Amino acid sequence: MAGLELLSDQGYRVDGRRAGELRKIQARMGVFAQADGSAYIEQGNTKALAVVYGPHEIRGSRARALPDRALVNCQYSSATFSTGERKRRPHGDRKSCEMGLQLRQTFEAAILTQLHPRSQIDIYVLQADGGTYAACVNAATLAVLDAGIPMRDFVCACSAGFVDGTALADLSHVEEAAGGPQLALALLPASGQIALLEMDARLHEDHLERVLEAAAQAARDVHTLLDRVVRQHVREASILLGD
Amino acid sequence: MKETPLSNCERRFLLRAIEEKKRLDGRQTYDYRNIRISFGTDYGCCIVELGKTRVLGQVSCELVSPKLNRATEGILFFNLELSQMAAPAFEPGRQSDLLVKLNRLMERCLRNSKCIDTESLCVVAGEKVWQIRVDLHLLNHDGNIIDAASIAAIVALCHFRRPDVSVQGDEVTLYTPEERDPVPLSIHHMPICVSFAFFQQGTYLLVDPNEREERVMDGLLVIAMNKHREICTIQSSGGIMLLKDQVLRCSKIAGVKVAEITELILKALENDQKVRKEGGKFGFAESIANQRITAFKMEKAPIDTSDVEEKAEEIIAEAEPPSEVVSTPVLWTPGTAQIGEGVENSWGDLEDSEKEDDEGGGDQAIILDGIKMDTGVEVSDIGSQVYSSNSE
Repeated sequence: MAGLELLSDQGYRVDGRRAGELRKIQARMGVFAQADGSAYIEQGNTKALAVVYGPHEIRGSRARALPDRALVNCQYSSATFSTGERKRRPHGDRKSCEMGLQLRQTFEAAILTQLHPRSQIDIYVLQADGGTYAACVNAATLAVLDAGIPMRDFVCACSAGFVDGTALADLSHVEEAAGGPQLALALLPASGQIALLEMDARLHEDHLERVLEAAAQAARDVHTLLDRVVRQHVREASILLGD
Repeated sequence: MKETPLSNCERRFLLRAIEEKKRLDGRQTYDYRNIRISFGTDYGCCIVELGKTRVLGQVSCELVSPKLNRATEGILFFNLELSQMAAPAFEPGRQSDLLVKLNRLMERCLRNSKCIDTESLCVVAGEKVWQIRVDLHLLNHDGNIIDAASIAAIVALCHFRRPDVSVQGDEVTLYTPEERDPVPLSIHHMPICVSFAFFQQGTYLLVDPNEREERVMDGLLVIAMNKHREICTIQSSGGIMLLKDQVLRCSKIAGVKVAEITELILKALENDQKVRKEGGKFGFAESIANQRITAFKMEKAPIDTSDVEEKAEEIIAEAEPPSEVVSTPVLWTPGTAQIGEGVENSWGDLEDSEKEDDEGGGDQAIILDGIKMDTGVEVSDIGSQVYSSNSE
């Protein structure tokens, strides 16, 4: 869109943030009583809700059971009121399927599936305000932790973009819609390993390193925040138990 | 049909070979298979062969009304289909995961990178725009569908010609191919996907995996670039853990490969253009080579056997001498012979439990001696008579 300055001369973005700043993140664990694990996260205006069931016995065809590992099943659903225009098909369309597959791939790598053979772990993510993959992954991480399923490490995700020679971290909807390059990165902070990497739109190869580094740094910042949320939740729970 | 499972021996063999930097078809780690591009008689139709993987690409166009929020842009539609002839595992209802993944990758690679100028597809703003539809069909699956499909898509789009349109005031005239030559699409750049397969938790890396290598790989990283070294799409799939410098290294390799492939594509397009202009024969029928045997001799492929003799001698020297073979059979009765002795019965536990119950009487036949029968003849006599006749 012409006339929309994504990065002003003083280095401020459209919503007043600096290039490496994240949006305000608020998270809460244990929002549903019935599910094994659940979490709600707000990243700026993007709100994601994740629910985890499992590990439980394989539903449906027993043939899908893996003898040495658990099966991770992820489903992504985007609310019809989430985008600017009302979405006609909330789930079953290609983008949702792809998102589900990517979430599954990320969590299959992070969850220690060898500890629960022949079982199934379901992760359902509901996203409002057509945001990004990052909020879904962060919400799902908290939900899996809430359910007590052993994971290698936190899985923290963040998006990054590139405008006017500067790498921007944590893109908002306006910045995404402008059509510049967008990178979504899911990281295991302790080892620095990338669980999923996804990039769209043209970016020159020379700038790739900077954008990757910006996204990795942002993901590590998200990790400190999520870590704080988890510790707060555990502290509250232990207070209630009267320790 | 369900996919034939890969045996453990084959899996181990492939992984060991990859550890020693050897591939089954003799390629190096960063080598692509032979790419062959052939065009059909119509504009916009091509077949790309990457080794044995074959993808057919067809582009067609139609005048439609544009999307409401993008009134001045044309519409691009991509569809990749895994035909049932490609592999026995592809069945109409069964392929959803792979299909979604491939389709989304194609869409992101070609649409989000804006390789085609969609504004030039507009005829009357808000009313009529061109809808370009790219259909890709996988004809044979021998690994690395993504690369072949992306090459087929971009070649088909470069090759395609749409009918010419002229707008005078309110009047729009659509010319048929006979009235005016059809016009090519305006393509900004050619994004091409390069696949990297990772093995052993990211220690080993191969470019352009074939079907066997795909089965044993841990994960796949796809980087789509154009020849100006702009990255159009990166997608990692399959649950591998990557490190940042691995990704950067792969992008450098991808840059080199994409440059080579782009050159090949341009040359193929040029050749086809030349043939059509000169009035020569073109089309699929011409590009399928007649496989005639024209020689009785095959060229000798040089194989290095210098160390085979030494290895063979080593093996023979270290091996034990072969055991003595017993060649004389022992004849018990006509029809019963014995060569050597059998192995000890391994059903040891079962026999022990049986012997405790029977006290050694189970195995031997009970000889009926001295039982009086109504016939009056002693059974033992008959028995001995029968026995003697057999031993003759």
